[in-house]
Amino acid sequence: MNEKSSQNPDDRQSIEPALNPLGEPSGWAETHHDPDVIALGPEMAVAEADVRSAEDREFVRGSSLWRDAWRRLLKNKLAVFGLIVVIAITLASFAGPTIIKATLGITPDFIPSNDVKLIKSFPPFTGVNGEFSWAHPMGTDNAGRDQLGRVLQGGQISLFVGIIATLVSLLIGVSYGAVAGYVGGRLDNLMMRLVDVLYSLPYVILVIVLLSMFRSQTARGQLILLFVALGSVSWLTMARIVRGQVLSLKNQEFVLAARATGVSTLRIIFRHLVPNTLGPVIVYATLTIPQVMLTEAFLSFLGFGVQAPLASWGSLASDGVQNIAIFPWQLIFPGVTMALTLFSLNFLGDGLRDALDPQMRTD
Amino acid sequence: MSSANGNLLEVNDLRTYFETEDGIVKAVDGISFNLRRGETLGIVGESGSGKSVTNLSIIRLVPNPPGKIVAGEVVFNGQDILLLPAEEVRKIRGRRIAMIFQDPMTSLNPFLKISRQLMEVTQLHLGHTKAQAYEHAIKMLETVGIPDARTRVDNYPHEFSGGMRQRVMIAMALSCEPELLIADEPTTALDVTIQAQILELIKSLKEKTGTSVILITHDLGVVAGMTDHVIVMYAGKIFEQAKTAGLFARPGNPYTKGLLRSVPDPTAEQGQLYQIPGSPPDVAHLKPGCPFAPRCERAEEICHREFPPFVELTPDHHSLCHFAQEVFAASDGATNS
Repeated sequence: MNEKSSQNPDDRQSIEPALNPLGEPSGWAETHHDPDVIALGPEMAVAEADVRSAEDREFVRGSSLWRDAWRRLLKNKLAVFGLIVVIAITLASFAGPTIIKATLGITPDFIPSNDVKLIKSFPPFTGVNGEFSWAHPMGTDNAGRDQLGRVLQGGQISLFVGIIATLVSLLIGVSYGAVAGYVGGRLDNLMMRLVDVLYSLPYVILVIVLLSMFRSQTARGQLILLFVALGSVSWLTMARIVRGQVLSLKNQEFVLAARATGVSTLRIIFRHLVPNTLGPVIVYATLTIPQVMLTEAFLSFLGFGVQAPLASWGSLASDGVQNIAIFPWQLIFPGVTMALTLFSLNFLGDGLRDALDPQMRTD
Repeated sequence: MSSANGNLLEVNDLRTYFETEDGIVKAVDGISFNLRRGETLGIVGESGSGKSVTNLSIIRLVPNPPGKIVAGEVVFNGQDILLLPAEEVRKIRGRRIAMIFQDPMTSLNPFLKISRQLMEVTQLHLGHTKAQAYEHAIKMLETVGIPDARTRVDNYPHEFSGGMRQRVMIAMALSCEPELLIADEPTTALDVTIQAQILELIKSLKEKTGTSVILITHDLGVVAGMTDHVIVMYAGKIFEQAKTAGLFARPGNPYTKGLLRSVPDPTAEQGQLYQIPGSPPDVAHLKPGCPFAPRCERAEEICHREFPPFVELTPDHHSLCHFAQEVFAASDGATNS
């Protein structure tokens, strides 16, 4: 580290002659030699030091906060593990069923009708005659549907629910919180009391009521209802987080400076303040996804969520738990897959928090 | 557009009060001054004397609540800014009156590229397209002496040093060629060499564009080199108002004299620095007399009892003091530190 920092001023000086378009010899050129370039505030200084130790020359081209964060994220083994698992499961969920159909010719909701045996539920790696077979690596469910296909399709829906609800929470929560925080005063009070009221309602019950009140006939309609129900309660914490951030940011001088240049209120909120809250927002959004997925699984487990023939990890686990003594794989596979995904998302969220929050950094 | 007497800005009896739990704080209490086109006005005073609030009041950026402009007028180009609808004021800000702030470290948005922040102003006020605004941003950076502006323009603020960031702020403030530039302690957060560069830059750009400048500072040295007129503020009031040369040569107010004596003089072999005894008063609870009386060497009984008059010493030299004439006479040539 010492060695690096000592060689840096030289770097900067070496580019100095090129940086002289006006040809003013003295005076301001010193600005550039000024050690101030790196003595910016503790966070930034450390951040830059990190960058430099990684790639010395890149420094001149400048590095954004995001690139620093990315580099720090890659140092965190658990987060990288989480990232890889999340990407793998996402890819498998969305491409898997298609691949299975192409290779084996079965869709996740295919129920074999020509089956001679009464027991349609095969253990993993077992064919029709009890021999080893790759046809059903996770076995089949009690209707004879391929469990792997079901789990992957369930993953699609589980991830979808998580992502959509999080997007809703981003959209509503961020704008709501930012407006409340920036405008302040009576409006802030009103808006945040509304959030408090919504908070105090037990939201699982709220979702259950919503889902049973507007019970839809089709599986797809039920799914959309689920999106709406989860989305409508998932933005509350986001709104609080963003409001808190905006409150602490809005008295900073750059906001005053923006106002002094005549920027409109709306623009200040969304172009100047919201980008500054992105760090915590991203972290919280990453942690919202598993939370929403868990809620969805819980609801599906209770039978309020996804309806057959569609499946989610929750509904698969719910089906599996009925036969747990005889066909344990029906619970184990969706359960383990979901646990693994939630684990990974949480690791990733924690990693992102560490990467984006300079104060939490240990190195 | 310009008013008949050639004044760009006329501030009349401006009063800005803050409502606090402690009572009403009269941060600015009856300030009046004029600023002619192309002139520079310095406002000097200790911390909390109301310098910054005066200027925030001019462009109506006083935080409300708790602050409120309760009276007065701010006539800019013949228009009273305080009576304009908010939307109109927004069009004036940045376009015709621009501001530079004290701390360049915090007055740029850390998350936006320099280019974005510079482009925003001209896109907003001059209707530039993205490409035009980008070129203009580069041009402005070159004007304020940022080396290699074309590459630097896409940097983030944290990649700039303090002095360079203040240059960026100046570039931003001047990008629409405003008629009035308000610089609120533009050099306070910078070290001495950078200070000199920044002041020199403001001075030269001012001469080039003919912009009027209001320079707020607590540094008397800055005032001496930069301004045509000076206002000395204390406790929300103007204590002395004069041409810069006149004020330095012949201060007419004990407070100004105290300030001048407080400037460290490296050549003098003084053992101790002079300081005005006491501290600035609590403007929420001012006593009826002169607010400076408790700290004033010259104070007599009347000072504690009656509010001093605003005495005209010469046509452009005024002082708020019961003994203005005497102080003025006494300081004739004799006292100058």
